[in-house]
Amino acid sequence: MSDLKKIKDEFISKLKGKLDLAELNQIKSELFGKNGLVSSQFKKIATIDFSERKKFASDLNIIKNELQDLINFKINEIQKANINEKLAKEKIDVTLPERSFVRGKIHPVSQTIDAISSIFSEIGFSVEEGPDVENEYNNFTALNTPDNHPARDMHDTFYLDDKKERMLRTHTSPVQIRTMLKDKPPFKIIAPGRTYRSDSDQTHSPMFHQVEGLHIDKNINMGHLKGCLNYFIKEFFEIKKIKMRFRPSHFPFTEPSAEVDIRYEIKDGKIIIGEGDQWLEILGCGMVHPNVLKNVKVDPKKFQGYAFGIGIDRLAMLKYGINDLRAFFDCDYRWLNHFGFDPLDVPTNYRGLSR
Amino acid sequence: MKITFDWLKDHLKTNLKEKNLLEQLTNIGLEVESVESLSSYNQLFKVAKIIKTEKHPNADRLKVCDVNVGEKELKKVVCGANNANEGLITIYAPPGAIIPKTNTKLEIAKIRGVTSYGMLCSASELNLSNESEGITELSKKYEKNIGKSYFSKSKSKSNLIDLSITPNRPDCLGIKGIARDLAASGFGKLKVSKEKQIKLKTKQTLKVKINKEKGQVCSIFGSCLIKNVKNTESPQWLKDKLISVGQKPISAIVDITNYVMLDINRPLHAYDADKIEKGIIVRNSKSGEEFTALDNKIYKLEKNMCVISDNKGVLGLGGIIGGIRSGTEFDTKNILLESAYFDPKSIRNTAKKLNLDTDAKFRFERGIDPLSIETGLKKAASLIQEICGGEISKIDIQKIGSYKTKTINFDENSFENIVGFKISEKEMRRILIDLGFIIKKEKNFLKLIVPSWRPDISQQIDIIEELVRISGYDKIRTIDPIKDRSKSTLTQTQRLFHFLQRAIASKGYLETITWSFTDQNYNDHFREAVKEIKIVNPISSELGVLRNSIFSNLIMYMSKNLDRGFRDLSIFEIGPIFTGSRPGEQKTVVCGLSAGKKSRLSWIDKERNIDLFDAKRDVVQTLSEAGYNSDHFFIDSKTPNYYHPGKSGRIFLDHSKDKVAAYFGEIHPNILKKIDIKTENLVGFEIFLENLKLSRKTLKDQKSKFAVSDFQKSERDFAFVVNKDVEAQELISVISNVNPNLISKIKVFDVYEGENIPDNQKSIAINLTIQSLEKTLNDKDLEKINNSIIEAVENKTGAKIRS
Repeated sequence: MSDLKKIKDEFISKLKGKLDLAELNQIKSELFGKNGLVSSQFKKIATIDFSERKKFASDLNIIKNELQDLINFKINEIQKANINEKLAKEKIDVTLPERSFVRGKIHPVSQTIDAISSIFSEIGFSVEEGPDVENEYNNFTALNTPDNHPARDMHDTFYLDDKKERMLRTHTSPVQIRTMLKDKPPFKIIAPGRTYRSDSDQTHSPMFHQVEGLHIDKNINMGHLKGCLNYFIKEFFEIKKIKMRFRPSHFPFTEPSAEVDIRYEIKDGKIIIGEGDQWLEILGCGMVHPNVLKNVKVDPKKFQGYAFGIGIDRLAMLKYGINDLRAFFDCDYRWLNHFGFDPLDVPTNYRGLSR
Repeated sequence: MKITFDWLKDHLKTNLKEKNLLEQLTNIGLEVESVESLSSYNQLFKVAKIIKTEKHPNADRLKVCDVNVGEKELKKVVCGANNANEGLITIYAPPGAIIPKTNTKLEIAKIRGVTSYGMLCSASELNLSNESEGITELSKKYEKNIGKSYFSKSKSKSNLIDLSITPNRPDCLGIKGIARDLAASGFGKLKVSKEKQIKLKTKQTLKVKINKEKGQVCSIFGSCLIKNVKNTESPQWLKDKLISVGQKPISAIVDITNYVMLDINRPLHAYDADKIEKGIIVRNSKSGEEFTALDNKIYKLEKNMCVISDNKGVLGLGGIIGGIRSGTEFDTKNILLESAYFDPKSIRNTAKKLNLDTDAKFRFERGIDPLSIETGLKKAASLIQEICGGEISKIDIQKIGSYKTKTINFDENSFENIVGFKISEKEMRRILIDLGFIIKKEKNFLKLIVPSWRPDISQQIDIIEELVRISGYDKIRTIDPIKDRSKSTLTQTQRLFHFLQRAIASKGYLETITWSFTDQNYNDHFREAVKEIKIVNPISSELGVLRNSIFSNLIMYMSKNLDRGFRDLSIFEIGPIFTGSRPGEQKTVVCGLSAGKKSRLSWIDKERNIDLFDAKRDVVQTLSEAGYNSDHFFIDSKTPNYYHPGKSGRIFLDHSKDKVAAYFGEIHPNILKKIDIKTENLVGFEIFLENLKLSRKTLKDQKSKFAVSDFQKSERDFAFVVNKDVEAQELISVISNVNPNLISKIKVFDVYEGENIPDNQKSIAINLTIQSLEKTLNDKDLEKINNSIIEAVENKTGAKIRS
């Protein structure tokens, strides 16, 4: 029997026995280590007669592969068994709660402002801002509401000085004045923001939000105003059709002025916007009064246009079915969590206003 | 303005229905606020007399009254009014009646254990006046009416229509004005009112003088004397009329002046002529003058208020309220009837200063037709004569100025230019004539004479409004907007605002919106040296100042939420804080507050109190999301005194330390104690939007060239022992400056004080990643950089490497 056959038989029978990983590695090194039995045989190849060398090398390789495969197979088997044994022990109750992740929310008023900005962005309006504290001129006088005008009664004003020269703005309209004084026409802006009136009851909050709109250019008429608001209301409430009514009204800074009503009905305790037999007042608007244009050095013979003011909180209430205005500012954790929006839910033109 | 269709029909000929009327009123800008039916339920209210009163056994303020309601048995009624005395004749509402003011149905009810069968009503409960003190007191004349319905059975079923008249339309504060508008819009035809011819023979003997002085606001004072009248109760038709619009009849003379006022918006005042000393002087008041007005209040006047006076003193405030001294009563014999014109602005000014609001004031401040003086006098005088008898004197008119007619040159093309649709010139003329304009056709325009009752009309745009209002807003076309944008919607600052808002919310904070004003006590905790900004007329003293910090509100609401039982909570607000009371003296701040613990009651994670490093993480992370490189931040511990002095910091965007980008830290324990807020820990932050430099680059330019190294990197750990006051930031800065090209990452992984470290020192352990962009570093290279690091740190910070 050749050495090779001897080695093979010996080790195959050894490997048939029950071996652990260490023993297998021991055998592996006995055979294939630096001076292992098989390794030594390879070293011998060069010394063998040329005529037998080819066969010897071939036999040696066959034996080597056979033994190697066998060892690897055994090692694999043990490893598999080990993993299976481990897995059996590692079973965990996956119904246990996950690590907590606290979610923040965006206030519905902020979400509504973003939605409004997104809608008006599409038709070319840009966003302007103004300070919360205003002077008497910007808040009233420049807006064609002189001192001692009864229209001032509609604005219960918070004053910051006894002379009544400084106040918290009662509407966002002073942003019109600031914008027109700062730049040259045309103007196409919206101005969302905080507004203040000293009125506090179930349906009034001393602070609330308005968005002002202003579009001044050549030849802008009431038809454009109607079209703009019609577009806005449909987009905002995400409905295809809206029944809308323009009703004559009076604001000192616009003429002709209108209040806009939309149809609604209450179905199963929920308000449905756009259809129905009830009218709901949602905003005031009109053509900017020539006196206002003159006050901001815009020539009313060359330029004209419209302005509107919408209550943001009210829009949010209607869209999201919120009943109580005061709750907006009460910071009740439960309310914020319920009516708030995921910060990733950014209203956009291309993706839509809401999920 | 309250009207009925029936009254309108005095001026308007129409066959249309009330339903059409309501629609049309709203269409022409006279908004219908409400419609209520007065006639259906008011028959239940009865004239009644209190026969006996007893104190309520269980309530000091209540009385139990035995009331004669015209039935066999007296009714027991519990009443709380002070004037519910024996013998009083008043108005009784039986169970089943609906109280007009509250719109609630009365039921038999036990009040503090005593059963009350119905109720005795105040004038305000019946919507007859705003006065709510005590129950209605009827005169003795009603004795014979006990048991009968107080409101007469009127044949009409006219509903009470409440209109909201905008302040520019004083003419529509009279029924006739409303009828005129309706007629112009095609709703019926305006009836021409015939002025009754009365013979006026006698002279007006009471002298009237308007003082010509600076600031005299009464320009016309018309009057007539009516002698030998017999004031009485009004006839039924007049009572019905007033009641139909919710007014309480008083006496014929008062009722007639009210009727004329409501009918043609001509306020009048009737004086008892015998109580006037010598004559009437219209003058400016002297400072400190006093008089008792018809509302039984004494008013102390300032200088230069317009008063109607006689030799003895003030009789009344012109155009606002009359005085008790010269008021008419049932026994008044001779009356002086006043019909005057006062400047609207000064009326408003005076009334505001005295905090007085009357029907006359409401009308005069909006502007009364100056040419209605005589019409009003004649209409009222002839009615008084008809009902109360007497002789009417000639009408005396004193003037210091005269009414100038207004004319407007109206370009017909301007209409379409503004409203976007056309109407014919014929239609324009018709509308304007119906509204009372006089038209003269000129070459290129219409010359319009404005009716004297329209103080609101002074320029072309006013005419356009009239025309489009009457034509109908439904004729305005809808021109769809063009989807086109030439300017970006948001500015960079606005984009940053929105970004920060959502970035903070994404870190677990609930966004709140709180009022810009706050409680002074809370504000003081966070005000520092900033001046307090007081609101002159706050809603309540707890909302008396503009906030100098958002913390004041947030901490208050945080406390409320903790009281609701929520223990671990983060809230934030982005909004203004105020630094002064001038426009623009405000800053935009993102302010957040977190309370409680992390991982409370977790089966998997260890629970711990929330701490300043949570707040710091949220701020640093948010700022870096917004595009600011946190490697450049400089942080120190100088913070406002509402933060914990040792556990708070401020962040600058770079080492130039230009403006504070943010503060973060624990809230000062003294404040928590004062506010008595119950939580394990409270940490907060403030980010100042205006202090964040805006990059001129857009996002695409901000990305630098992409360069990474694939050469082998090595990590090295160092532990330095340093004095306690040496900050980690300093060590990191020194190390990174040794060779920024090779040191690619620095991480503090341990801070240790205690055993084996001297008392005033600490050990900071740092892990460095060293990697070159050019080659694999060999042992020698690494050794070299190790040594430079140790040397630099030891030299610059006094640290010792820990062996």
